[in-house]
Amino acid sequence: MAVMTYREALNMALREEMRRDPGVFVIGEEVGLYEGAYKVTQGLLKEFGPQRIVDTPIAESGFTGVGIGAAMAGLRPVVEMMTFNFALLALDQIVNSAAKMYYMSGGQFNVPIVIRGPGGPAAQLAAQHSQSMETYFYHVPGLKVVRPTTPMDAKGLLKSAIRDDNPVIFIESETLYNVKGEVPEDPDFLIPLGKAIVRREGTDVTVIAYMGMMYRAMEAAEELEKEGISVELVDPRTLRPMDTETIIKSVRKTHRVVVVEAGAGFAGMGSEIAASVTEQAFDDLDAPVERVTGANAPMPYARNLEKLKTPSKDWIVAAVRRVCNANGS
Amino acid sequence: MAKTLTRSAASPSGFGVDAEAAKRLLSDMLLIRRFEEKAAEGYALGKIGGFLHLYIGEEAVAVGATSVLRPDDYAISAYREHGHCLAKGSDPKRVMAELYGRRDGLSKGKGGSMHLFDRSTNFLGGHAIVGAHLPIAVGVAFAIKYRGGDQVIVCYFGDGAVPEGEFHEAMNLAALWKLPVIFLCENNRYAMGTSVERALAQTEIWKFGQTYGIPAEKVDGMDVLAVRDAVGRAVARTREQKIPALIEVDTYRYRGHSMRDPAGAVYRTKEEVEREKLRDPIVLFRDKIITAGLLSEGDIRAVEKDMNDRIDEAVTFADASPEPPGEWLFTDIYKEA
Ligand SMILES: Cc1ncc(C[n+]2csc(CCOP(=O)(O)OP(=O)(O)O)c2C)c(N)n1
Ligand SMILES: [Mg+2]
Repeated sequence: MAVMTYREALNMALREEMRRDPGVFVIGEEVGLYEGAYKVTQGLLKEFGPQRIVDTPIAESGFTGVGIGAAMAGLRPVVEMMTFNFALLALDQIVNSAAKMYYMSGGQFNVPIVIRGPGGPAAQLAAQHSQSMETYFYHVPGLKVVRPTTPMDAKGLLKSAIRDDNPVIFIESETLYNVKGEVPEDPDFLIPLGKAIVRREGTDVTVIAYMGMMYRAMEAAEELEKEGISVELVDPRTLRPMDTETIIKSVRKTHRVVVVEAGAGFAGMGSEIAASVTEQAFDDLDAPVERVTGANAPMPYARNLEKLKTPSKDWIVAAVRRVCNANGS
Repeated sequence: MAKTLTRSAASPSGFGVDAEAAKRLLSDMLLIRRFEEKAAEGYALGKIGGFLHLYIGEEAVAVGATSVLRPDDYAISAYREHGHCLAKGSDPKRVMAELYGRRDGLSKGKGGSMHLFDRSTNFLGGHAIVGAHLPIAVGVAFAIKYRGGDQVIVCYFGDGAVPEGEFHEAMNLAALWKLPVIFLCENNRYAMGTSVERALAQTEIWKFGQTYGIPAEKVDGMDVLAVRDAVGRAVARTREQKIPALIEVDTYRYRGHSMRDPAGAVYRTKEEVEREKLRDPIVLFRDKIITAGLLSEGDIRAVEKDMNDRIDEAVTFADASPEPPGEWLFTDIYKEA
């Protein structure tokens, strides 16, 4: 184990996978000479050269399509989106080409591509640069969607994503790149896609969260502990396929659920998890599932308004108190 | 970057191919023509559903281009791709079965007319979002170069893709990175009902090559030998120098945009269609072969019969192939490790 930042963990994953498999290459805007808009690819050009660390002009749809074609021809591209906001320009390539190729071709052409970069709320970047993008992708059969919360997850999940034979959307976070944590240096360390993790054991309520929201949920759990409320924290890590088994198991133990997500709540991850819990564990619930979500508004610039947009620790604490006070059995 | 920008007039001098090769070109065109006629019948009978876009009138393009490719070269196309797929060597039985939505189809009945793929011939689809497969073709060329191979990819697309951003992104990236892709624009003068004049501020599509420094030319797409010649030169240059090419092919579709636009009379005149039929690529080539004394009328009738028989077999095969089993709805979504 070594202590390193989330950014360094991603860099390590890329480096290890590129050393392991000559078919892995990185392509995107500013990934080479500039060493990444967020420095995730720092040092890679030097080690692997311009054939494998490919700087592109600003053409998201074009270079994502290039990645898809290269993947169909047997390579393993890692496409960097400078931020996921710009992935919308490549949405057709991702949804109509990458996700469906294997199906449309009757199993002849799979697309082993990773599309990665930061997404989610960032500091005062306003409506076009600060938003949760996972919703656009996890609806699509054929895509896998990963949101790694910790440096360890960032490494283990990115390595699995690169080795996966399917298109994987891997959304990091600008606000987490400097977060430090323990990371195994073993180049064979992998975290399987589709497996949730219980980050904290508890008995009274299950709180489901990922990325920045998980860190706020951890703070909320500490505070609630003092009030005698024992919170279990579940991090799905992969949003599609979703590990509902781990979630349901936790619900059967605590009988109360709060889902936290940064994005606008309408038809969000919270809705999906609430539906799954209701379908599979209705009789186990002592209170209705609570959703703590970003406000149903675009992201404002002004600092005070921005605070009103994204869930805080206090919102989570309040929601947990509500479900715990609700009288069930 | 590009030094040559030519606008070749018509077919090259002399015949250029021997009797054997001429017979092959003719039979491939006849096979596609017959396939498409039978597909139209299948559609009328309700055996084929959805969108069905026929290639009738454009056969010389796929056949001329494919005739200069190696089996390990790649081809990729849009949704009017039956001809490209058959020319590349797919079994007409399995192509027809795909149109019928049956389990023996190339894509197990899951793709249909617009999504033909064949790994065994390096035919990479079958793409129905206009313009989207151009960057994908560039990616395949990227992979060829990455591995140090000497294959090329031919990317067929319509005039309708030219106003799309992806055409320009793909041309730029291919030229910037010097990749072995041949962009082959089948200019049949219409994108559904929109003529090139109503879609492009600059209607000479081959000239976009100039913008990106890509060697480009325009060729008569009703002359299979002219197509063969132009694509042959482009393939040789691309294979050798690892640079892209753009070829604009002047062609025409005799049927409507799809079976839902059978007449196509609103946006073009009957006279125009009749006039274009005078340059039917199959009729022209047949006459040429006979005049040159390469094949006799009898030989040609035998070829025709042969192709008709093969397509009849394809129809019988497709009709006999079972529907895909219900479980297949959920297979081929994710590839298991
Ligand atoms: C991105 C996109 N926009 C619109 C359509 C609908 N559409 C299908 S075919 C077509 C015309 C394309 O014409 P062209 O590229 O010239 O090919 P042709 O049909 O002439 O072979 C249109 C507009 C589509 N499939 N994809
Ligand atoms: Mg057209």
